[in-house]
Amino acid sequence: MAERFDAVVVGAGPAGSAAALALAREKFSVLLVERGRAAGAKNMFGGRVYAWPLFDLLPEWEKDCPVERFVTKESLVFLSGGASLSIQFESPRASTDRASSFTALRPRFDEWLAKKAEAAGAMLITGIRVDELLREGGRVRGVVAGPDRIQADLVVVAEGAMGPLAQKAGLLPDLKPESVSVGVKETVELPAATIQERFNVGEKEGAAVVYAGDASMGLRGGGFLYTNKASVSLGLVVSAEDLARKKVEVQEVMERFRLHPSVQRLIKGGKVSEYSAHLVPELGLGMKARYVGDGVLLAGDAAGFLINNGYTFRGVDLAIASGIAAARAAVDARVRGDFSARGLASYERHLRALNVLTDLETFRATGGYLKNERLFALYPKLLLGITEKVYTVDGSGKEKISEIVLDEMKGKAPLLKMLKDLLDGARSM
Amino acid sequence: MPAGGPLRILVCIKQVPKAQELQVDPKTQTLKRVGVPSEINPPDANALEFALRIKDRMPAEIVVLSMGPTSFDESLERSIGMGADRAVLLTDRILGGSDTVPTAHALSETIKKIGGYDLILCGEETTDASTGHVGPGIAGHLDIPQITYISELDIVDGKVRARRTAEDGSEWWEAAMPCLVTVNFGCNKPRAPTLSGKIRVKRGGVIVHWSCADVGIDPNKVGLKNSPTIVAKVDTVHLPPRARKLFHGEPWEAVAQLLKALVKDGVIRP
Repeated sequence: MAERFDAVVVGAGPAGSAAALALAREKFSVLLVERGRAAGAKNMFGGRVYAWPLFDLLPEWEKDCPVERFVTKESLVFLSGGASLSIQFESPRASTDRASSFTALRPRFDEWLAKKAEAAGAMLITGIRVDELLREGGRVRGVVAGPDRIQADLVVVAEGAMGPLAQKAGLLPDLKPESVSVGVKETVELPAATIQERFNVGEKEGAAVVYAGDASMGLRGGGFLYTNKASVSLGLVVSAEDLARKKVEVQEVMERFRLHPSVQRLIKGGKVSEYSAHLVPELGLGMKARYVGDGVLLAGDAAGFLINNGYTFRGVDLAIASGIAAARAAVDARVRGDFSARGLASYERHLRALNVLTDLETFRATGGYLKNERLFALYPKLLLGITEKVYTVDGSGKEKISEIVLDEMKGKAPLLKMLKDLLDGARSM
Repeated sequence: MPAGGPLRILVCIKQVPKAQELQVDPKTQTLKRVGVPSEINPPDANALEFALRIKDRMPAEIVVLSMGPTSFDESLERSIGMGADRAVLLTDRILGGSDTVPTAHALSETIKKIGGYDLILCGEETTDASTGHVGPGIAGHLDIPQITYISELDIVDGKVRARRTAEDGSEWWEAAMPCLVTVNFGCNKPRAPTLSGKIRVKRGGVIVHWSCADVGIDPNKVGLKNSPTIVAKVDTVHLPPRARKLFHGEPWEAVAQLLKALVKDGVIRP
């Protein structure tokens, strides 16, 4: 039986479900295909969702969205040896605040969003993997899944970071170790009251912590901790290239991180209920995805729409926004009766209007900057070394801060290089 | 078999708790069936696969049939996803507690109502009860030939040809249709549902629910009261408690402690 839909969306993650929802609202017949048992079954993240695109897509989102905690506390922690240096920022955020963000658990969040797409009229099919894009003379005309061919005017590829379809279709170059990181996470169960006490937050509030320095054993990357309602998401993101080059197993880095006294204190008494991992495309626009093709659009991680600028990590919000943009482009293409790359060209304009492309461009240089190894081992060590000396009073004679700094830096980092690193950092972040 | 028309194949299936994830209700001491991961009884899936292979090669209509609560729709949907054409669920509160005797009767009455069948396929037994009664029971009620414990099946010259497992080898049997066949667990690899199959399920209209009244089943012939047997208890094996000693410290220290403990317990000799 030959099936036909106006649009097929591959992947019911945030990008796919947002696209399917927006397309269904515009009266496209939409097939949303997910290879996992349920939407979100194959997804994980740190993580946090910046809520701004939900206000546009689903104005009543806070009523039933599976929010864990609204993030009201941001921390940056440098670890070196047994010591740590924290910078903490606290700011109350209400669910009605467009600048709000919340921690979430992907199986629940993704399933919620996919159900919204279904309620809007998209047909959600789970447990089926799309094997290939159906092509006719270089043009995408649908999808192939097992023995079935489904025809469509438009295919939105929202398949995520590993991108087999996008790669097969020539829209994304082969993934190289330099362009991806490995994200690893433990979900540690703790009573809500304990979390609120240890992190000093209220009932619906939560903390987001970024760890630098020893967290990643000198490998480029960092640790994170997010508080959920009754658990804590503790994990790391490390450069795949570094793991390969230094022949380190990622679970070893994770073990050392979780054993750090600062971390242990926070998760003490907790029960690890889940252990997961995922690839993270690190280079944003540097992934060099071609996200508009004849009859096809890429959205979300598949298009490299992720920002890691060292202090914030954004993927889900960009994914949702790109899904919205894809639907807008589809509407434009339908008006013209042209679903070729030219007919879909407004995708770029819509991505820009939603600040997806603009933010990716702003932080384009961050990827390159964060490749600087000194940021992950030497500078945290220096910083902590200086801070430790500043706060040590043991009767052996104290120096001024400037003297301590110069002492610590001697032989470890030339001043000029440090200044250059500082300037580069300011420019790229 | 109607001349030139498609074969009508009925496949009887049951939804059972997933074997790897069994849970026992501490109060009733029986298997938890509601709210636990479920699957198509594996031998029934093997039976359905044979039906699908016949349909791969010749015109056939596959009707999947089951008796149970509405939660069984999950397995009926999976069957349609795999390629069955439609499904019938006999579902009625008065059927609750039925053992294999009323079950075979109720299913036979349902099969009579569907009618026009050429071949009935059942799994050899269920993983949650393992009686193996219902298939032969249905054949008895319908007064049709049965070939049990088959591992290979074919339609040749309008007849069913099957390889049957015997105690010390196999037998080859041939039967005219209509007939019933029970299929061995693991004799084939049931196919996965397809996208088009799942779309058919989503579009709806492929599964019907019938009550005992719809089929014309006498309430005095079904249910717990009319079952000659009951499940009195399900025993679970309790593993002995383990000492669960944890050895801390750096890996080389912990290993040294572990070795000392193993020697002390007489597990290894120094």
